[in-house]
Amino acid sequence: MTEREPPLLEVRSLTKEYPLIGAFRKRMGTIRALDDFSLAVRQGETVGLVGESGSGKSTAGRVIARLVEATSGSIVFQNRDITNATGAKLRGWRRDLQMIFQDPDTSLNPKLRVGDIVSEPVRNYTRLSGRQAQTLAAELLLRVGLSADACAKYPHEFSGGQKQRIGIARALALNPKLIVADEPVSALDMSVQAQVLNLMRDLQQESGLSYLFISHDLSIVHAISDRIGVMYAGRLIEWADKRSLYRTPLHPYTQQLIAAIPVPDPRLRANRIVPQDEPPGPAPRMSGCAFRARCGFAKPACAEIVPSLKPAAADHQVACHLYD
Amino acid sequence: MTAAGNRHLLEVIDLQAGFAIGGRYYPAIDHISLQVEPGKVTCIVGESGSGKSVLALSIMDLLPKDNGRRTQGEIRLNGRNLMEWSEAEMNRVRGREVGFVFQEPLTALNPIVTVGSQIQEALRNHKPLSRRESRALTIDLLRQVGILRPEAVFHEYPHQLSGGMRQRVMIAMAIACEPQLLIADEPTTALDVSVQAQILALFKSLQQQRGMALLLITHNLGVVAEMADEVIVMYAGEIVEQGDVDRIFHEPKHPYLQQLLQLIPRLDREYERFASIGGNVPSLLHMPQGGCRFAPRCPEAMERCFAEKPQMTDTGANHLVRCLLYSGGGASGGTDGGDDDD
Repeated sequence: MTEREPPLLEVRSLTKEYPLIGAFRKRMGTIRALDDFSLAVRQGETVGLVGESGSGKSTAGRVIARLVEATSGSIVFQNRDITNATGAKLRGWRRDLQMIFQDPDTSLNPKLRVGDIVSEPVRNYTRLSGRQAQTLAAELLLRVGLSADACAKYPHEFSGGQKQRIGIARALALNPKLIVADEPVSALDMSVQAQVLNLMRDLQQESGLSYLFISHDLSIVHAISDRIGVMYAGRLIEWADKRSLYRTPLHPYTQQLIAAIPVPDPRLRANRIVPQDEPPGPAPRMSGCAFRARCGFAKPACAEIVPSLKPAAADHQVACHLYD
Repeated sequence: MTAAGNRHLLEVIDLQAGFAIGGRYYPAIDHISLQVEPGKVTCIVGESGSGKSVLALSIMDLLPKDNGRRTQGEIRLNGRNLMEWSEAEMNRVRGREVGFVFQEPLTALNPIVTVGSQIQEALRNHKPLSRRESRALTIDLLRQVGILRPEAVFHEYPHQLSGGMRQRVMIAMAIACEPQLLIADEPTTALDVSVQAQILALFKSLQQQRGMALLLITHNLGVVAEMADEVIVMYAGEIVEQGDVDRIFHEPKHPYLQQLLQLIPRLDREYERFASIGGNVPSLLHMPQGGCRFAPRCPEAMERCFAEKPQMTDTGANHLVRCLLYSGGGASGGTDGGDDDD
């Protein structure tokens, strides 16, 4: 897991544009949901992506998983460019990358038995007898801490945390190398969140999986990730080792984001810096830094030039003109 | 406005409320007793299924009419028992003496009525105001809740506003008639953290300016630490611990609360494993009967915890806990609580 080893996944300059449609289907322009997004995930590590709603973090996950097509940029997985892969090549790639979704109620088919849900990915690739499928499903369910008799039940018979375990079992079915987890614990209660995070970590240690862990919750991302990317208005604005990110957040937005998290100790109740404005909604791109209107340190250059991600310290990159 | 002496603004005594499901009645909250003092922030904290929202709705008699009902207890607002009041009388209390803010403003606001008209309606339901007066008041309210262009927002519809703005509108409506008590049920859960910080700051400043009591319901212990004077911790439909915010965070007594506090991932720590509580919050239909409702998940459970129902016990300084470890007679002294400080 050294720096020199080529990363498992490398995405370069990914951009995803959506048309902005006004009244009478008039095209008003384009929205860049994802803008010049680059990142690398090494084997066995967890990369966290954090951002508020509309920051593009889910779009990043979906573009990487090829659930939506990128407008431009490239996705390289184990030295294979899969950006435009189709047919057999795309099918092969889908074995290596699986997803876990936020809401198990909408991502598990309510009409299928759990055994069928969990074994379906494998049945898509290999012909399995009924018995083989059952054995496989039972094994997978045991791996995620459920009992084998769950196979015969339906999703509604399980609690939220158990359903999320079923989603994880399904993601594991093809022995993927990378799992993109989009808000996997956000719908769960605190006590259950921890169980699911522990499970994800145990599975990683067993099989050397990598995760791309997407969440709005910086405390959770910080707890589970090795390296973290912070997103704002479709761009990666800071990218750092988790210790470095928490100890010396560089981007004014990251600083605000950390300061906005309520600290669970009434003795540390501080006069926090409360950001004045709200995160931007989808809007056509403006020039310069998208954060400048909410930034206390904006200078003239911020209105003109879009800051790009540059190294600021060891394992720490930031896209901000303050560090030029 | 409050009567002299030590009368509480809101006092709930031994409240039980629940739902009829398939012909049977299941209490969702039970043995609830609490007080809210004027000008104080009281937080009710619990996981989903703890009954915290049912409690909030029961106080204002807003449980679903078809199967929800309050079956026992008293709810006293300035000494008057609201349980005995008619729907018409309750309508005069709601909005006027007690304001309400819900989690999801988009479902709580009427989508086809402008923001201004909705707030005006709230005002004119309770006060004899002319259109012009209520319009001026509404714009002033919008300004007070931090809306930068109140005249424009007055004419806008809820869908035109961001989540944070909608929540501000909800708050403007809730405080329109200057209630003595504002009940807010998960008001920041649907919002981004930076917007959450803004809305919490707004609650705090409004509450302090107006000397209004705030009953804030949340699952987020960070929000509790930030906001509360008094804290009520709920589990499986019951209050398991209540007390001053500092004691709740620094001397937690109930094993559930002690564990809950360990669960919050903190940015200043690194984790090999995350603390977790085994099992799940019991559902309404499968409430543990007889003993303590947390016993099946409790690491310190004793045999009697499964048989004997713990009562609220005062451990000093109005710090109450529902746990046999503290009820005297037999407990081995148990935990010292402060061990999760850093």
